[in-house]
Amino acid sequence: MMAFVKLIARNRLAAFGGIILLLIILLVLITPWLPLADPNVTDTANRLLPPFSDNHLLGTDALGRDILSRLLWGTQISLAVGLAASLVAALVGSTIGIVAGYFGGRTDNTLMRGIDMLMAFPYILLALAIVAVLGPGLMNALYAIAIVNIPFFARNIRGVTVGIAHREFIDAARLSGKGNLRILTSEILPNVLPVIIITLSTTVGWMILETAGLSFLGLGAQPPQADLGSMLGEGRKMMLNAPHVATVPGLMIFLLVMSINLLGDGIRDALDPRLKSGALSRPAPFTRIRRRRNSLPDPVNGNALLSVERLQTDFEVGHETYRAVNDVSFAIHPNECLGLVGESGSGKSVTALSLLGLVASPPGIITGGRVALEGRDLLDLPPRDIRRIRGKDIAYVFQDPLSTLHPLFRVGDQLVEAIRQHQPMSHAEAHERAVSLLEQVRIPNPERRAEQYPHELSGGMRQRVGIAMALANDPQLIVADEPTTALDVTVQAQILKLIQSLRREKGSAVLFITHDFGVVSQICDRVAVMYAGRIVEIGPTQAILDTPRHPYTRRLIDCVPRLGEPDNEPDAIPGLPPAANHIPEGCAFAERCHLVEDACRQGDIELIATDADRQVRCIKPLSVTEPSTPGVSR
Amino acid sequence: MFRYALRRLLLTVPVLLGLSVIVFLIMSLIPGDPAQAILGSYATPENLERLRADLGLDLPLPQQYLVWLGNILQGDLGRSYALNRPVLDEVLERFGATLLLAGTSLVICILLGVLAGIVSAIRQYGWSDRIITLLVLIGISVPAFWLGMLMIMAFSVGLRWFPTSGMTAAYGGGGILDILHHLVLPAFALAIVAAGVIARLTRSNMLEVLRQDYIRTARAKGLGEGRVVMRHAFKVALVNLIPVIGVQAGFVIGGAVYIETVFQWPGIGRMLVNAISTRDLLLVQGGVLVVAASYVLFNLLADLLQHWLDPRIQA
Amino acid sequence: MSAPLLEIRGLTRTFGGGRRWFRPNQPGVQAIQGIDLDVMRGETLGIVGESGCGKSTLARLLVGLDTPSNGTIHYAGDDLQQLRSQDRHALARRIQYVFQDPLSSLNPRKRIRDILAAPLYYLRGLEGQALERRLGELMEMVNLRPEFISRYPHEFSGGQAQRIGIARALAGDPELLVLDEPVSALDVSIQAQVLQLLRRLKDELDLTYLFISHDLSVVETISDRIAVMYFGRIIEQAPTYRLFRSPSHPYTRVLLDSAPIPGGPPIQAEAGTAELPDPLAPPPGCAFAPRCSRAQEDCRQAVPPLDNMSPDGDHRAACIHPIKETWQRIVTQSPRESRG
Repeated sequence: MMAFVKLIARNRLAAFGGIILLLIILLVLITPWLPLADPNVTDTANRLLPPFSDNHLLGTDALGRDILSRLLWGTQISLAVGLAASLVAALVGSTIGIVAGYFGGRTDNTLMRGIDMLMAFPYILLALAIVAVLGPGLMNALYAIAIVNIPFFARNIRGVTVGIAHREFIDAARLSGKGNLRILTSEILPNVLPVIIITLSTTVGWMILETAGLSFLGLGAQPPQADLGSMLGEGRKMMLNAPHVATVPGLMIFLLVMSINLLGDGIRDALDPRLKSGALSRPAPFTRIRRRRNSLPDPVNGNALLSVERLQTDFEVGHETYRAVNDVSFAIHPNECLGLVGESGSGKSVTALSLLGLVASPPGIITGGRVALEGRDLLDLPPRDIRRIRGKDIAYVFQDPLSTLHPLFRVGDQLVEAIRQHQPMSHAEAHERAVSLLEQVRIPNPERRAEQYPHELSGGMRQRVGIAMALANDPQLIVADEPTTALDVTVQAQILKLIQSLRREKGSAVLFITHDFGVVSQICDRVAVMYAGRIVEIGPTQAILDTPRHPYTRRLIDCVPRLGEPDNEPDAIPGLPPAANHIPEGCAFAERCHLVEDACRQGDIELIATDADRQVRCIKPLSVTEPSTPGVSR
Repeated sequence: MFRYALRRLLLTVPVLLGLSVIVFLIMSLIPGDPAQAILGSYATPENLERLRADLGLDLPLPQQYLVWLGNILQGDLGRSYALNRPVLDEVLERFGATLLLAGTSLVICILLGVLAGIVSAIRQYGWSDRIITLLVLIGISVPAFWLGMLMIMAFSVGLRWFPTSGMTAAYGGGGILDILHHLVLPAFALAIVAAGVIARLTRSNMLEVLRQDYIRTARAKGLGEGRVVMRHAFKVALVNLIPVIGVQAGFVIGGAVYIETVFQWPGIGRMLVNAISTRDLLLVQGGVLVVAASYVLFNLLADLLQHWLDPRIQA
Repeated sequence: MSAPLLEIRGLTRTFGGGRRWFRPNQPGVQAIQGIDLDVMRGETLGIVGESGCGKSTLARLLVGLDTPSNGTIHYAGDDLQQLRSQDRHALARRIQYVFQDPLSSLNPRKRIRDILAAPLYYLRGLEGQALERRLGELMEMVNLRPEFISRYPHEFSGGQAQRIGIARALAGDPELLVLDEPVSALDVSIQAQVLQLLRRLKDELDLTYLFISHDLSVVETISDRIAVMYFGRIIEQAPTYRLFRSPSHPYTRVLLDSAPIPGGPPIQAEAGTAELPDPLAPPPGCAFAPRCSRAQEDCRQAVPPLDNMSPDGDHRAACIHPIKETWQRIVTQSPRESRG
């Protein structure tokens, strides 16, 4: 709770709103004891006095009543009525929403159809109809506004409840022996409550406006009782000769509603977990780059197509810096397939996205290193030039083809767009090429498929489209970021075969990111193993699989259950990888390594060459001197 | 598409029926004798008796409803005893004026809101974002009726740019230019609040969409940022915004009640307020029915538009 | 042979269908079509299949989170539906469930204590001291430090969260655990930890496992017997060693040939596009026939029954033209070969 108050206090606007609201409430609460004139005593001799008159700080109205006194009493009424209406609407609406969302089916249908009927009326019109029948009056206005706002709560809360009711922990609670009522109160409600509070805090202001509005029209508070709205209504009649009579209550409504809205936004921001993590920031078109000039490595000359040197990418969230990619270097040669293997959080995807500045920024920042395509440092290029490389020289295939293809454009049009971005071509020509691309990725009936939308294709077909898109401009390098992880194993086999044969046909190089050693051994010429943001071992695939040099590589391979060897129980690696914001000194794997010694935890451990084509980041690499004698080191 | 439209059209029939049931039920809530309430305290016993027979008041409630519905379907919304003319004539005449005001206002608030929302999203945390956020905050916190009064004081009384009230000038008015001249202030006053809401939702929607994977794909293709934002991101945001615009249309029509009162606009809102204070209940009922029915049709259009833009929606 | 612990006969679950307003009537989607299956006390039965094969629906039917459209499930001789209607806790005390996504199966707003105490209280009626003692035992059983009990789920890694999920399932003292892809969301190094834990718990607590996964190699390491599912049916079942030595159904072969093995032989991919049949318009006969390289005319006539492939009845496959040859893998040099 304190943390929550602090969160709001840190938000300056919300705090400002909160303070104003608090002041208004305080003022309204002590009104009965303030030395004020009676709000309803008329004094026609002193009618329409301007503000700052003697005894009447804010002047008097048409009947000579003290405006300040009426203002404070009126604020009290407006606030009370607005709050009461909001609470009633929230209570009834949320109950309907939760019940409908949780039980679903017929209950849901019946309740929500009723709500839809209420929604079919243009908002205030329904309130007018209700007041028309019940007759003008403050209580009737309260009922009307509450009823009119019930659908708003019911719909919002139902949506959230449906999402929660289908989560697995609800099933878990049921299997733990809890009944419906208990699940509703102890599992659903705690998760829905923040949303109810958010909805409430962002609508109270609106409800106060609405009740004031009804009073303004003469349908709410009846004379001599006055709320802010009816004061404004009375003031309207003398708008031209005594503007202050209307201006003062109007200003008060504005102040009240604005302070509530500010506070409400603050509450929303504090309760919404997505905002805390900064996830609602807009990712920039290019990852921010903040390299220290003097830390740049000297360019390495060679015949590499792409060479990555000491690449460093951080995530800055609040005051924490997460080191996602930490001093990563590797090279890819033309027509080569390099695998980048690691577990989740090892930094393999961030490495891939860093190449062309596709890491979401904020929070990502490239803080060091060089990415050279045929000797040209990509991190130095202006945005225009990077865009010319994206999709042309280097193309990406992403993991989940459903979320990475645009849902509202036809598959063919997405291909056409990719083609025409880099090649001057008419739409018709590009479309023809798109169809031939679909054919190249072995999609049957490509003409018809080109006219379809991504959701109409199966997962395997979508990924073929993703690959076709990557091939659109015959790139030199394809970066495939876990392209088969979301697919079934039979489909994965086909996609792997496809990538293999296309690589042979087109001669592109591939950077293949995966967590699966099985996939690596199928498709990669060389492999780099990543752990905690660093490459711990790199070399030819077969050599690494046969004689891993790094204890992590060895143990990771041993973790994988091997098909056809049921008696081989996979070994587990004890412990967990280090957190990316607290990477220890020395070897990051030391904590979990069975061969650890003191020297492992000191200084920076460099990648050292153990063979002509192999490197390992370990001070005591496995089986370097003697030929491979598996199992000995354990 | 055509079949979908047809089905949606058929589905609005139960909605319209439900709507009529709600209006009917609200009217049956009238405490005491409805005929008395409708005709007022000076009604003659003969008139009361005739009205009771017309409304079928001695029948049970469901039958009353059927009688009532039958009358409405024949275009008979009853007679306004205060104005002494058929309700339908009065409502349709007033509805035109409201449609002009609310329609103009809706166009303004969509244009302003969407534009402000996009600018605010792509300049997130920049100066333009801050200024827009502030304006939006003011927009959604200010009472529309008070804003209208301030605008009259500033632009009509102070600067004398626009007339203070009405839809046409008293002498020699009625031309298109004259009406437009009268329209500017109320239309803007009415648009401000809804524009604020739309701007907010556009901003948060754009930010949400810009974080999606397919935006990263678009960038990885090498597309320029303008194309990414306006074609790839905005199309999705727009699809999400259409239902919001439907709801906002409801707010605009509702807000017209205040604005028409402030600006003396001869629309249906002002008619309703007057009718309520004179207890002309049949006029209230007729006005509510016509406006609500047209709002349902508007939402039907919004729904079809969304379906047309989003191939994923099947049912 | 003793009577099976779980006896499933003709189990069917149909979703959707029926009359709708303003819309043509739709046929239902049969997620599960007439499954017969026995689970023996003390064994681990693996269920393998790709997405959409109905394996999760089967799991939900077994633990009572869903109700069958047709068919029966008997648990130790008692009808499951009757058991449920008599006492809504009776089933949960016997069969428990471990979820795929460890984090989403834990309520983010509840402490671990509350999550674990619920089954102890509701299913076993434990309170006060006894409940506290049992909580401690559970935490120890799944190798979690006792102080973790007052934390919230988001403070745990995936592997730790899955241990909590397992502890929750064990709290009701069940005999049968239905594990629905329990390690699929975990990294391999963590996956091995959880598999080890599951093996140990089974021995210590005399549990019976129904282990569902899409990953053949994981199922292979833990199961005594395996049933392969395709398009809502069991198409092959056999003891683990026999299934991998001589898979009879062409689909099982495709699965085995598609799975990449580190340092293993090249995978074989199907020639076609490996699309699942349309569940709204299923093909006549064998559902795999449209993809099958061995399919003949008779495959498309009628759904093949689950026939014996071995004299002892251990190995069954639903195929008219089963493969007789043993499955060949090229034995490769790998660090593990020389072990033990």
